[in-house]
Amino acid sequence: MSVVFKANETFRDDFTFRNSPKAIRRFPLPFVDDEYMYSVNIEPHTPGPKGSVTEFAIDVDEHYIAECKDREIVLLEDPLRYQALPHMMSAQWDVLELIMESMSRDYPELFSLTKTGNRWAWTNRPLGIHTEFTFGDAATLPREPLDYITRQVQGDWVVMDQREGDLFAEAGMVTTPADWSLDFDIGMTFKEWHGPVPLAHELSVFTRALKFLLNLRLNEPVRRLNWTMTIHPRLDTSPEFYYRWGKDRASVTPESVADDAHLRVELQGLWRLPRSNGIVFSIRCYLISMRELASVPKWARRVHRVLKNLDPALVDYKGLTRYRDTVVDWLAPFDDGAPTSPGAGPD
Amino acid sequence: MSHANTILVRVSAIEPLTPLIKRFALSPAAGGFLPAFSGGSHIIVVMRGATRVHRNPYSLLSPPNLLDSYQIGVRRMEVSRGGSMFMHDHVRIGSELEITHPVNLFNLDKLARKHILIAGGIGITPFMAQMEDLRAGSVPYELHYSVRGPEHSAFRDRLLERHGARIRIYHDSANDFIDVEGLLGNQPLGTHVYVCGPAGMIEKVVGTARIAGWSGSHIHWEQFSAPPVGDAFDVFLAKSGVSVRVPPDQSLLEAIEAAGVDAPYLCRGGVCGECRTKVLEVDGVLVHNDHFLSSEEKESGRAIMPCVSRAQCTKLVLDL
Repeated sequence: MSVVFKANETFRDDFTFRNSPKAIRRFPLPFVDDEYMYSVNIEPHTPGPKGSVTEFAIDVDEHYIAECKDREIVLLEDPLRYQALPHMMSAQWDVLELIMESMSRDYPELFSLTKTGNRWAWTNRPLGIHTEFTFGDAATLPREPLDYITRQVQGDWVVMDQREGDLFAEAGMVTTPADWSLDFDIGMTFKEWHGPVPLAHELSVFTRALKFLLNLRLNEPVRRLNWTMTIHPRLDTSPEFYYRWGKDRASVTPESVADDAHLRVELQGLWRLPRSNGIVFSIRCYLISMRELASVPKWARRVHRVLKNLDPALVDYKGLTRYRDTVVDWLAPFDDGAPTSPGAGPD
Repeated sequence: MSHANTILVRVSAIEPLTPLIKRFALSPAAGGFLPAFSGGSHIIVVMRGATRVHRNPYSLLSPPNLLDSYQIGVRRMEVSRGGSMFMHDHVRIGSELEITHPVNLFNLDKLARKHILIAGGIGITPFMAQMEDLRAGSVPYELHYSVRGPEHSAFRDRLLERHGARIRIYHDSANDFIDVEGLLGNQPLGTHVYVCGPAGMIEKVVGTARIAGWSGSHIHWEQFSAPPVGDAFDVFLAKSGVSVRVPPDQSLLEAIEAAGVDAPYLCRGGVCGECRTKVLEVDGVLVHNDHFLSSEEKESGRAIMPCVSRAQCTKLVLDL
């Protein structure tokens, strides 16, 4: 089951990113029903079916090398996408350990980790990296521990400190955000950070989510799915570069919509960290074009219905206002009105 | 049903520290290392006695960087639910116990500029691990440790050896008590105070700090004995036609599961709403411990979250 990497695909300029048929089948559709509203849709992050994106704690897929390359491009241009406040060093080591242990355990043909006391050796074969270092001694790594390891894993990573009955976002690597900024949010409390989300505050979603997370246990990570849409398979839809991608939303035509409009799904994982008692929040982005999505008849029907009836406040917040109708019109011929089967998976 | 999170350990050392306190070392039965933890963490020790199961929380007092075993200090409590007596009287070197992964509800504030730790008796245990974290850092700290008399000062030698002048031990028998007002009355901005000990000591420290104008976010406490989980009660599951006894140390959800009835759940923490269950009949009061139901729903007595909530009644009928 070794992964065949599409090392040269791009998430910018010529946008050569595509999903293989296998990647389409395992796409984590977030809609378990034909309509969508916010909920505290948190579930234990336990192993899912073989081959699914939740089979392992951290999913490594065919886009791994290309996503790591895209992260390097972002960081060269905008180094503040990685930040860590000084008191987060023990949490940085916690995250490095979590990622190295998960990836070496679940993908032994790709990654290996050997420990001799505090002397660790890490080998990343896809990226050609081998590093020997002393766990707990940041001077023995080429970069800070969180910076070092999150350049070798897909998805954004935000580390929260727990104090005063709250969670503070105080370290992170964020190069694939759905229009939010680590540089702006760093140091914020849980509710401040989620301030812009409409409707969910009124539904007490964040009050309940925070209470739940404050009690999150070691060895019992949880996950949830979130979603939005993005024009082109662009990972870095950051506020910092809004001037580059914001205008794409006005470019969608009935001819371009099938290949330009992408459903953007975030698989979000949350782990309690052992030494720091912090929490790490991973936000892994999966992209699928409308054409790819419509290759699964159930998904074409369901996404058509979800988008058609989506609450106007969510249409605005997710930035779909200018092209939602074009997407719905393109999907409409695929929706014969037949009922969809339970669950989110393909038939 | 045992928690997904439990680890089988073997008692590898037992040492009497005072006339009332024993130290137990718990090593992983499977060999290797136990999970890393932060100072201030506790574990739940599951003790399977002849007639009942005890689940007691104990602070980890071993240094967080030594993970071949965890150490806990157990004070013998004559009038209690019986877990400490079981540990003192029935647990031997080689005994096997189950423990949960560590949970920290008493962590050090990482932004503090100074830490003042106040311990009474067995309340010293969380500070033992925390001070190892503090010792490795650069932020000043001091421990004020109050015990009945010299024979009760568990860990005295170890504390003095590791932390020297940062430790002050007070003996009730010598009429030497902590001057809480003096201690908290004049501290630099950014100081945090932590107290663990008997209820009276916690009230005294917290009350004094508040009067002296300390911000609530800078006052931390932990009571070292967990409250009882609840009274036993009976529940009848109407759809399944099954009667279930819920013992004091088991949740309603666990008891339902143990009876072989498949009940919905997700977070098991009273937040997500997944296990919300309709109450068909109750002849007493529902004890709601969840964060999900609105206060109106709780008062109505028509719904319950079995993952965390209980009842004080002789008859409870659920729509399960």
